[in-house]
Amino acid sequence: MNRTYYLRFYFAVCVAALALVSRAAAQSPVLFDGTSPIAFSFQAAASDDAIPHAQLITPEELAKFLQSAAAHKPLLLQVGPHSLYAQAHIPGSEYIGAGSSEAGRKQLRQRVKALPHDTAIVIYCGCCPWGHCPNVHPAYQELHALGFSNVKVLYIADNFGTDWVDKGYPVAKGD
Amino acid sequence: MRSKTVWLIALLAVLAVAIGVINRRWAPAPKSGASLPVESKLAPDFSLTDLEGRKLNLADYKGKVVLLDFWATWCGPCRTEIPHFVEMQNKYGPEGFQVIGISMDDDAKPVREFYQQYKLNYPVVVGDDKLAERFGGVLGLPVNFILDREGRIHARHLGATDVSVFDREVKDLLAKH
Repeated sequence: MNRTYYLRFYFAVCVAALALVSRAAAQSPVLFDGTSPIAFSFQAAASDDAIPHAQLITPEELAKFLQSAAAHKPLLLQVGPHSLYAQAHIPGSEYIGAGSSEAGRKQLRQRVKALPHDTAIVIYCGCCPWGHCPNVHPAYQELHALGFSNVKVLYIADNFGTDWVDKGYPVAKGD
Repeated sequence: MRSKTVWLIALLAVLAVAIGVINRRWAPAPKSGASLPVESKLAPDFSLTDLEGRKLNLADYKGKVVLLDFWATWCGPCRTEIPHFVEMQNKYGPEGFQVIGISMDDDAKPVREFYQQYKLNYPVVVGDDKLAERFGGVLGLPVNFILDREGRIHARHLGATDVSVFDREVKDLLAKH
């Protein structure tokens, strides 16, 4: 009888552990070697359609990757408003200009002109909620049209303050 | 056999509860439209020229209930809120209410166009990162501050906020003399 109870308890623990492991695996950091598929835990809004899910990266995943010992860090480009960049941006990221403006897209083309098309690039904005951001989509389309194949877009659900700064991820200020 | 069935049901129930708790624990908290707790401190004063070329000093509005709206022409939720602010300015202006728009656009040209196209009936200035930092940082739009008649910050709203919230807060403050 005791053995039966033990087996039932063991079975329950195994099932629970399996559920936890599956969940953790879905949140593992993404590598930029093009080999690791991304499993997202969030429900994308309808307007996400324009950027394939495989090209999105969450703040948590990016922060972990940037803090990791990975030899090759991606090129980080902020494609939002300057007033936002000046207040807070991801350390090492470069200000490009708003992806919604022709001036911003021109600057983006200039910046990547000399780079190999397999360069790991992360673009981000965070000016407003994801479904309303006017900048990341045109910037992504620009890079896609230029033939860049290893581009990720930082999925900022609400804004840069809430989803990056308030989470305690590294921040730099100034121009 | 009956005992086995009972055990299986109990096990499934425990697992369902456990997964529910895990999902709830890891689910992101809703942030949009969040009303953030703020100290009842004086709003930082500033002096800027509005789109009509007039000097705007926040301190000059002491005695009025003020809605400070940090916005931008490229911000969808901001554009949605603005017609409500125009309406509120009409409705509560005679009672001592004033909306002040602070655009966070990098360029004033689209702000002027928007201002004329949407017939804004309140002053709009173009802000920058320095002004934003004095208000605790504007790292996402819209951000709205409600100031009482003494110029103290009564509330701060981050993200799209239901107009009824502004309406209620402004009415409450207007009722206090």
